[in-house]
Amino acid sequence: MSDRILEKVQILADAAKYDVSCSSSGSKRQNHNKGLGNASDGICHTYTEDGRCVSLLKILLTNFCIYDCAYCVTRKSNDIKRAAFTVQEVVDLTINFYRRNYIEGLFLSSGIFKNADYTMERLVSVAKKLRLEHKFNGYIHLKSIPGASDELMHEAGLYADRLSVNIEMPTEKGLKLLAPDKDRKDMIQPMNYLKEAIILHTDEKRLLKTSPIFAPAGQTTQMIIGATQETDKEIMYAADRFYKGFNLKRVYYSGYVPISNDKRLPGLDTGVPMVRENRLYQTDWLMRFYGFKVQEILNDFNPHLDLDIDPKLSWALRNLSLFPLDINKADLQLILRVPGIGVQSAQKIVAARKFHKLNWDHLTKIGIALNKAKYFIVCNSREIFQKDFSATKIKQFILSGSSSKYIKHNTEQLALF
Amino acid sequence: MITTIIYEGSWLSFLTVVFEIYERKLGAVNILKNNKAQINIFGVPLLIGADPPKAKRVIQGLKAKLTTEGLKNLFSCFLSEIEGIENDMLSFIRLVFENEKSVETAYGYPEVLRLSKIGRMVYREKHRMEAFVRFQLTQDDIYYSSIEPDFNVIPLITNHFKKRYADQKWIIYDLKREYGIYYDLVEVNEIYFDFKNDYQSVKDEKIFKDDEILYQVLWQDYFKHINIASRKNTKLHLKHVPKRYWKNLVEKF
Ligand code: SF4
Repeated sequence: MSDRILEKVQILADAAKYDVSCSSSGSKRQNHNKGLGNASDGICHTYTEDGRCVSLLKILLTNFCIYDCAYCVTRKSNDIKRAAFTVQEVVDLTINFYRRNYIEGLFLSSGIFKNADYTMERLVSVAKKLRLEHKFNGYIHLKSIPGASDELMHEAGLYADRLSVNIEMPTEKGLKLLAPDKDRKDMIQPMNYLKEAIILHTDEKRLLKTSPIFAPAGQTTQMIIGATQETDKEIMYAADRFYKGFNLKRVYYSGYVPISNDKRLPGLDTGVPMVRENRLYQTDWLMRFYGFKVQEILNDFNPHLDLDIDPKLSWALRNLSLFPLDINKADLQLILRVPGIGVQSAQKIVAARKFHKLNWDHLTKIGIALNKAKYFIVCNSREIFQKDFSATKIKQFILSGSSSKYIKHNTEQLALF
Repeated sequence: MITTIIYEGSWLSFLTVVFEIYERKLGAVNILKNNKAQINIFGVPLLIGADPPKAKRVIQGLKAKLTTEGLKNLFSCFLSEIEGIENDMLSFIRLVFENEKSVETAYGYPEVLRLSKIGRMVYREKHRMEAFVRFQLTQDDIYYSSIEPDFNVIPLITNHFKKRYADQKWIIYDLKREYGIYYDLVEVNEIYFDFKNDYQSVKDEKIFKDDEILYQVLWQDYFKHINIASRKNTKLHLKHVPKRYWKNLVEKF
């Protein structure tokens, strides 16, 4: 018996790993019944060798699937070993891993067997069993199966903390090309249902404290990057629409890992576009935490993000007329826009300047990346780095990692060729 | 002249030290922990133990001037057990009492910045331990875990584990500091093993439940298979899971 379960874990973890989301945050579920577990703010219990957070038992219920999406290892036509857990097996694994403090909870997804409702029903019954029979208050993330009925989505919302539908392709065109038998409408429908239901339950909860919690950690989605030809602009505009249209908590960007020699896709020898993926995440952060509008970062003049510098620096170099900022006077919202200053440092600057006028030394100690920031700010010091340099020059300085006069000559010369 | 103060080492006794310094109007002091005190001390050191009413008055004074976060941070710094931390904490406390306004975020003062940094280090270790504790189920139904944290974070993680694992008995034992906590389904108490005898038996596999090994192997396999080889990033991996923690992590056994 133990061999069989070992093999299932291997196969079904392998198949689940391309879903990048592993977050267990956003829920405040308490251990109210002296049962097992509570939601935390997203503890990563370990990290894989590729450096990704392991917070949840992320696994497929089964990798049997009736669809044939070209970008997916689980696709029907792929010649791989198939396996399926029973509902009880997933429940036992989750409980036993959780009790040993390996995980924060479960992220259960599945290939689609028979039909959408049949699959969704199984996912829901795992969550239901955990909650009702095992008094489990840890985190549960369920995949919403495209095309699942509203009734099942409702039940899912009652037991899960978070739900997600992976939109996979940033544009409808991309989806048509790689997953011709899938319909974008089917993906949107459960998302839409949940959006409305979450709003409804939040209102209800405000009026009546005892009303049940419903998907407290909201919805997320994932897009695969680099499998089709979309521009960064198309990707981030799609993300922006999802954030706004469906109140999504997160959009994940997953660099396409080549898994097939299908002609429609990048070949097996192409690398994973990890830098691009990182730049997209940075853009996403700028939109969510730094007060940027997506149009400021990506537009028809700049449909792609620079790969060699981060998007905030790119933006600042295109808008040099707004700088330098006086760090001792500028509003927090503006300080947040300075390259090399993160949210925490910006807040610290605003707090600390009430006591002292800040100089370069203070700023270094507060922990800002001075090598970038110094070209965009002035502070309480005679030393000024921003000397009306051109954008190209600042970029050169920053990339060469130094502004010493010796290197200055070199980069100028290099730029001639 | 510098007065050397040797104190017992507990949080309460440190607060008592602060009380005495103000009470006796001492100027320059050097505060040393009992077990760290060296023989080559000039003059006669002042020995101070815990005096709860005095400690309480210091706490009340601090509460009036600091936010809960600020006070927590001070306690975290104390748990760092970094050599000389008591002196840094004292100069911070002096700054707090001298100023009308709250100095908590006046990062221009070196002691404020230093304590905020150390506090953050300890806090990170607390988080790490909440993540890295790995329980193993013993025959007598206790979930047991050994830890060896850089700082003395058990006082900071007790509540987290008590809330989370309310329906199972567990022990978290700090091998470096030779004490642990035990939850018996009702409350959490400190425990001390008689090392040579008790700890040997803890390491003995026979004390674990039969399927304990099965779950460990399942977890190791899961860990291996969730990895994407073509995205390998050893530097990042080691940054998040430094090698010194591996010996207590099941997936790294
Ligand atoms: S439906 Fe889902 S699991 Fe099935 S092939 Fe498409 S993406 Fe993969």
